[in-house]
Amino acid sequence: MNADTVLAAKGGCRRSLARTISALENHTLNIDEALSIIGDDNSSKLQESHWETMAITGAPGVGKSCLVDKIISHWASQGKKIALLAVDPSSSRTGGALLGDRVRLSVVDDIMLKDMVYVRSIATRKSSSSVPAIVSDIVKLLVALGWDRVVIETVGAGQSEVRCAAIADRIVVVEGPARGDGIQAEKAGLLELADAVIVNKSDMAGARKHADEIKESFELGIGQSPPVILTSALTGDGCLMASDVLLNLQSTGRSSKARWRERLLSRLEQRILKNPQLDSLLSSLASGSIELDEALNKLNN
Amino acid sequence: MGTMIRVVVAKPGLDGHDRGAKVVARALRDAGHEVIYTGLRRTASQIVETVRDEDASFLGLSSLSGAHSHLFPKVCEELRNAGLNDVIVFGGGIIPTTDRQALFSCGIKAIFGPGTSTAEILKFIEVAIELDDVGVGESNDWYWQGD
Repeated sequence: MNADTVLAAKGGCRRSLARTISALENHTLNIDEALSIIGDDNSSKLQESHWETMAITGAPGVGKSCLVDKIISHWASQGKKIALLAVDPSSSRTGGALLGDRVRLSVVDDIMLKDMVYVRSIATRKSSSSVPAIVSDIVKLLVALGWDRVVIETVGAGQSEVRCAAIADRIVVVEGPARGDGIQAEKAGLLELADAVIVNKSDMAGARKHADEIKESFELGIGQSPPVILTSALTGDGCLMASDVLLNLQSTGRSSKARWRERLLSRLEQRILKNPQLDSLLSSLASGSIELDEALNKLNN
Repeated sequence: MGTMIRVVVAKPGLDGHDRGAKVVARALRDAGHEVIYTGLRRTASQIVETVRDEDASFLGLSSLSGAHSHLFPKVCEELRNAGLNDVIVFGGGIIPTTDRQALFSCGIKAIFGPGTSTAEILKFIEVAIELDDVGVGESNDWYWQGD
């Protein structure tokens, strides 16, 4: 990886930015090198009052992409430079991926806004979570290059997929109508870590009821309740309000230990995935010639 | 981990038929590549911006509308104007054989019509990635002439 490419990215060349991100993904450039070329001090920028990274997560098909499109259009029209990392899964069998989030994004077609928005589709590659650990390096790069906010749209996630907490300053969970009865909202998992919940598809029956159930559930807990917002990405109802609330969203601070646990696990996973012995150990495991604990010990050495 | 091949599959112009594009996208995915699908009715500049921002090394254009002789060269020209000279472009859809030579001359490196096996398209990717000067703005006038 050539330092000139990183410098061109700093100068605003979009292709060089795209190339630099690929180099991070392919491990031909590491983030510390990139930041030292850019001249960023790589100090941890986790401030609690102002967010740089927001994860938008939720089950497949609840409308994350359409909603994100509406929200980042609004932010970009207010003069914010927004980068969107849209994550889709890689096949664990072949390693290939079909990245289709762009199909739902119209903001990139808006002549007035497209220079304010950078969209990059990211495949999870070998990572098992809804946000691969490399995304945290990509976020650092984008922030150092002057993108005001980085939005991560995760892979459609189920009840307990909270790894996005490792990477994002703020977590927004998108829900839809008819996602089960009140007891679903009481269950532990993703909703516990949310800094805001958006119930999308408010044009459909059951959305308001579901939002009320979630609010009620939050009120039973201790600490600050996150906002619960009804939207329809289809009609645009509630989207402006959601954009304003999310832009200035504060962390509920309910679960900082849980977030650090996710960061730790994410770092560990990244370390294992980067290990050059991984492939041969997986083959040995598959053929039964070594045990799991043995493989883990070898990876730790 | 190695370098992944990233391919943008795009539908330029007024054309709503995307079964072919989806079949190709799926075959590329199953061959282990990362495929970015643009969706329908893209303009040439939207496609070029997607290729740029996604850092794709291949661009596949699909057209069944009959406008390929206008749209494909336009995309190639805009790729060169944007400095994306090393991107390798291939096309597919309903492209009469009499139209093909002109498209090869403007920088398209392969044209796959109905009945092409997905294996042939994968083979093309495999061969083209090894040639280092067959991008849309590069000197080599090689193009795929079948297996």
